[in-house]
Amino acid sequence: MTDPGAASAPFCRLGPEPIDARALEARVIGPDRGALATFAGIVRDHHEGRPVRRLEYTAYEPMAERILSDIAGEASRRFGTSHIAVQHRLGPLAVGETSIVVTAAATHRREALAACAWVIDEVKARAPIWKKEFGDDGVFWIEGPGSCRSEGPEGARGQGS
Amino acid sequence: MTIRIWLFARYRELADQAALDLEVTPGTTLAALWTMVQRRHPALAGEVRPLMAIDQTYAQPDQVVIPGSEVAFFPPVSGG
Repeated sequence: MTDPGAASAPFCRLGPEPIDARALEARVIGPDRGALATFAGIVRDHHEGRPVRRLEYTAYEPMAERILSDIAGEASRRFGTSHIAVQHRLGPLAVGETSIVVTAAATHRREALAACAWVIDEVKARAPIWKKEFGDDGVFWIEGPGSCRSEGPEGARGQGS
Repeated sequence: MTIRIWLFARYRELADQAALDLEVTPGTTLAALWTMVQRRHPALAGEVRPLMAIDQTYAQPDQVVIPGSEVAFFPPVSGG
């Protein structure tokens, strides 16, 4: 049996440019792969009951790039396909814009779906990237499952939860 | 020896500083270094769950820094 994952290394990118999901998918599809799974993260207009107008993503860039690459490499070994691409956007994003795309192609659907789901979970858990949320209720840093107020609507500083 | 420490996200905002250099003795752990950072920046005093990295790899509080280590402290991550 040939290893469909041997041909290419996963593709990872972190930066301010808008993400083209179709272009990422084009990097991973191929004639020996019958399954393609893509996850896209989209900026939502609410969080924890607060209205959200925009987000700003920042990162510890060299470490985040390294971790994205580690995660994609680990996914290749776990799920038997290296046809994986991950791109995370940084900087200001408006509601409706795409913050991340993970796409995985494999011989069969099970590996493609599992690789895609595993990679997005790991990126959210491990990559040193942060969201800052701007809305009518103030400015908040999102931290793991919680959030901390950075500035109130009037610019007052203090900690929320 | 001097260790360069990077702060990210809300910690950077609270400290109003992206990086600082601290003079430490050999054997200094990340936990001790974090305490020194908090003394330098009292706004960070209440931060009890920093994530820590050495040379862009996650590290535990008892890990010892060596000359040339790139140390980073940051809050829980929220990418995606």
